[in-house]
Amino acid sequence: MSDLNQEMADRYKNNFLKEIEEQAEMGEWVKMCMQCGLCSGSCPTNFHSGWDHPPQEIFMLIRAGKREEVLNSQGMYMCTSCYNCYVRCPRKVPVTHVMHGIAEYAYRIGRAPKAQPTMHLSKTFWTNATKTGRVNEVQLTQSLYFKEGIGAGIKKAMEMQSEALGLVKAGRLNPMEALGMGHKCKDIKGIHAMLAKAEELEARNKAAKGKE
Amino acid sequence: MTSVVATNQTILVVGGGISGMTAALEAAETGKQVVLVEKNPYLGGRTVQLYRYFPKMCHPTCGLEINLRRLKANPRIQVLTLAEVTGITGTKGAYSVSVKLKPRYVNSNCTACGECGKAVSTEIDDEFNYNLGKIKAAYLPSNMAYPQRYVIDPSIIGTPDADKAKAACKYDAVNLDDQEETINLSAGAIVWATGWKPYDAEKIVYYGYDRFPNVITNVEFERLADPHGPTGGKILRPSDGKEAKNIAFIQCAGSRDENHLRHCSRFCCMGSLKQTHYVQEKYGDEGKSTIYFIDIRAIDRFEDFYQKVKANPNVTFVKSKVARITEDKAGNPVCNGVNTEGYIRYANAHDLVVLALGMEPAVKGVNIPAEVMSDSSGFLMADPANAGIFGAGCATNALDVNRAVQSATAAALRAIQVVNKVARAEA
Ligand SMILES: Cc1cc2nc3c(=O)[nH]c(=O)nc-3n(C[C@H](O)[C@H](O)[C@H](O)COP(=O)(O)OP(=O)(O)OC[C@H]3O[C@@H](n4cnc5c(N)ncnc54)[C@H](O)[C@@H]3O)c2cc1C
Ligand code: SF4
Ligand code: SF4
Ligand code: SF4
Ligand code: SF4
Repeated sequence: MSDLNQEMADRYKNNFLKEIEEQAEMGEWVKMCMQCGLCSGSCPTNFHSGWDHPPQEIFMLIRAGKREEVLNSQGMYMCTSCYNCYVRCPRKVPVTHVMHGIAEYAYRIGRAPKAQPTMHLSKTFWTNATKTGRVNEVQLTQSLYFKEGIGAGIKKAMEMQSEALGLVKAGRLNPMEALGMGHKCKDIKGIHAMLAKAEELEARNKAAKGKE
Repeated sequence: MTSVVATNQTILVVGGGISGMTAALEAAETGKQVVLVEKNPYLGGRTVQLYRYFPKMCHPTCGLEINLRRLKANPRIQVLTLAEVTGITGTKGAYSVSVKLKPRYVNSNCTACGECGKAVSTEIDDEFNYNLGKIKAAYLPSNMAYPQRYVIDPSIIGTPDADKAKAACKYDAVNLDDQEETINLSAGAIVWATGWKPYDAEKIVYYGYDRFPNVITNVEFERLADPHGPTGGKILRPSDGKEAKNIAFIQCAGSRDENHLRHCSRFCCMGSLKQTHYVQEKYGDEGKSTIYFIDIRAIDRFEDFYQKVKANPNVTFVKSKVARITEDKAGNPVCNGVNTEGYIRYANAHDLVVLALGMEPAVKGVNIPAEVMSDSSGFLMADPANAGIFGAGCATNALDVNRAVQSATAAALRAIQVVNKVARAEA
């Protein structure tokens, strides 16, 4: 387990709610939840076998200080961003974003499972999109298709061939992207500088918290 | 032209529900002149549309009867029905008020014999029964209606039906030339008691009130249980008229919700607990009630009532805000959600779902034609700037009858102090 995980556990001692409030994006909303269950009842992925804790239960576990249960949970990675919970929550808790915030935090402190598919997608997407400031669809699809090996990748690509051609014809997909060409932001350097700055500020903010 | 005697020593009460009637009576019984203005063709407000009252399970007509007797005995109260306040100017001690009077087309000769109703054929929505049925366009709004006088609906004026109604009346009570009029009156103080209305159920999209006939509201359920209601007191579901024996109650439908009403409506937990009695009363052990709740708010002395319902084996409590209603092939509404006690997902079919709708003010603060303060839900607030205008009953908050009446008495006392001051100044 990573040092950061231990450092955070030590820093916040038994106050996991405070840890989430200060370290996870949107974590400050957790205490607004009134445990009505509407989000969990609305969540489509609740039928999924990997879905061990629906949002309301995650929020309850956080408030009960169950650090290990939450950080070992699959719940926050299973969110499909359907926003059912988000639009219905009677307390206007941005449930979807809180779930992502918790997932991102778990990842940051090295507690995310290694082969988590939605996390893999997020990471791949982020790396891809931040490279030029625009998503390179061809490369993104390739890296997702070939995740399980060359054979599986080719099979999947063949299956989707007609869709891909349709997209190309409609001008929605540029085959040149495979070679790293295609759309880009004008000021790539600027984007990178901005992201680096944002990362620096966020890290500084979060590091400062809980140390007073 | 309607003539009303009113001076700056008069107290104007707007809204003739239980709160407005109470305020009017309390003030008049101390010797003050009162004008009571009611929008409906009858007095009593929403309470007369209830089957029974918690906590004692008595019939609302009983309380109404007592109040009506006090009212009839008191010459100092002038009642205006089908009347709405459209403007208030002036200040504390000297208000000038305009009141719009809608025509009833029936005068005080009416004996409520009912012949006009038999004569007309046009039917209109039965508002008293929350549009669950139809009534004739010449009608008595309810058995207990005060005044006991028929109303002719404006929609048939100028049609042969109106002439039929006139021809049927042996008492010369039908006056088809009645016109809308606006009158002006003076008042020293005003009690604003326009009450509440149920939250619009259609806005809670995931409960499908507008899509599923067997999803109804708590106010409609009161009418179904009432022997004077559209089903003669039988709890029958709308889609196929089948006896509804397995009934779900969904609490906080629209209340405690930042997307709908922000406040807790306070009466609706008790309202549903009360309604489980109706199910038990009609069907005995065959009648099953399920209450889906966030938490049960049976405030202070109502706790006993709650404990008794809880002890009833025919009533089940599920701690969960229902996430969605669907319909199965048999037309049964199905409640979907997660039981937060154990995190168990459920999809329960019921015969009928009753939404425990919350209350919002019938006239929101911004729509009151005077300078008043109101909270974020539109309930009238006590504020020195309101000066001589005092809120009473559900116009000020979501309240049960007991609390509404208490607030009405308080408002009457404040209004009395204002007109007393005027009297001293004028003496
Ligand atoms: C399903 C249900 C069940 C309930 N059961 C119970 C119970 O068992 N026991 C209990 O204690 N309470 C119960 N309540 C609460 C009870 O109905 C209220 O406390 C009560 O109606 C409050 O009376 P009110 O006079 O303040 O308002 P209302 O009854 O709403 O009366 C207001 C009056 O003002 C009139 N009005 C409105 N606008 C205007 C206008 N612009 N100009 C003139 N007049 C106007 C209306 O026509 C009406 O007559 C229940 C409520 C619901 C929804
Ligand atoms: S819907 Fe909102 S208030 Fe209800 S349990 Fe979910 S997060 Fe909490
Ligand atoms: S947004 Fe995520 S957590 Fe919310 S209902 Fe959809 S899948 Fe579930
Ligand atoms: S208006 Fe005439 S006919 Fe109609 S109920 Fe009254 S008295 Fe009878
Ligand atoms: S009284 Fe009960 S049902 Fe009504 S809003 Fe409050 S908690 Fe919800």
